[in-house]
Amino acid sequence: MIDVKDIIKPENLVFKKSKLLLDTPMHYCPGCSHGVVHNLIAEVIEEMNIQSETIGVAPVGCSVLAYNYIDIDWHEAAHGRAPAVATGLKRLLPDKFVFTYQGDGDLAAIGTAETIHACNRGENITVIFINNGIYGMTGGQMAPTTLEGMVASTCPDGREHSRDGYPIKISDLVAQLPGTCYVTRQAVHTPGAVRKAKKAIRKAFENQKLKKGLSLVEVVSTCNSGWKMSPVAANDWMAENMFPFYPLGDLKDE
Amino acid sequence: MGKVRGAIVVDIERCKGCGLCVVACPTDTIVLADEVNGKGYHYAKMGNPEACTGCTNCAMVCPDSCITVYRLKPEKSK
Ligand SMILES: Cc1ncc(C[n+]2csc(CCOP(=O)(O)OP(=O)(O)O)c2C)c(N)n1
Ligand code: SF4
Ligand code: SF4
Repeated sequence: MIDVKDIIKPENLVFKKSKLLLDTPMHYCPGCSHGVVHNLIAEVIEEMNIQSETIGVAPVGCSVLAYNYIDIDWHEAAHGRAPAVATGLKRLLPDKFVFTYQGDGDLAAIGTAETIHACNRGENITVIFINNGIYGMTGGQMAPTTLEGMVASTCPDGREHSRDGYPIKISDLVAQLPGTCYVTRQAVHTPGAVRKAKKAIRKAFENQKLKKGLSLVEVVSTCNSGWKMSPVAANDWMAENMFPFYPLGDLKDE
Repeated sequence: MGKVRGAIVVDIERCKGCGLCVVACPTDTIVLADEVNGKGYHYAKMGNPEACTGCTNCAMVCPDSCITVYRLKPEKSK
């Protein structure tokens, strides 16, 4: 019989948290997709050995405090303006790896203009887009990405298009712009999905070296608090309801 | 050759008891404890340590990076 104590030894280590993740406990709700994506970004930066060359731009939204968690340089942006701030940083410091980290309220509502035009200008930056279908931080209000029929605090009977308009597919929109080189939609609800999402984030960072244009990685995510579900139920709901409208996979890879 | 053996160590105080690791584990190794941590969460722990293969699935889906995974090299786990 092997004792657990004989397995837990440094030489048998196969997975530990990235060195770039600070010990500060994350303020996110239990089970929130934000935490998983933070881990992947930290792992990619650590594996590419670009800690001192990377600048993140944090948004307004639940991830406003992202700079407390990953040990790199950060800049905070006003709501929706992260791609504009990232543009300035990258143009002044073209050898740095510059990325934005934005929710769907930030990127697809108040920041739509900054998003579209940074994509259209082909800025050599990476955009990480957390699409959880609502405004998490402010109490689960409807976002431009909220699905038809999906309940949010400002559409308690579900989104209805004659009143609320239609959900917007940002990745499909920006994939049509010549300035984007890589647009992909990923998720982090299963180990397999996490592996794929990590590869996508890695590629989106590598593209900056090749100066190919803007790379956008959408991560279809859950906000289980806002959705009023358990973390496990929120992942199931996402797979059943979000993936048919926001199908996973590459939309563009040039 | 014996079955691959692994083990996890959970950072109990960091854990928020979300249960995502429990469903990600293919061998039903993990359970949420009856006891709570300092934050009041039923933290994750190995309920069935014999079953762990050290596959790292639980650690990959954990939003709070609470899980460290160990795996015995196959020759040692005979
Ligand atoms: C100029 C401005 N308008 C509105 C707000 C209020 N506000 C804060 S966060 C937020 C929405 C965030 O939602 P999202 O980007 O989807 O991120 P999540 O919280 O879901 O991660 C809003 C509208 C603000 N802080 N500043
Ligand atoms: S409110 Fe939603 S998006 Fe914000 S931390 Fe909680 S689960 Fe995550
Ligand atoms: S996934 Fe992480 S935070 Fe959630 S119960 Fe498991 S160890 Fe705890």
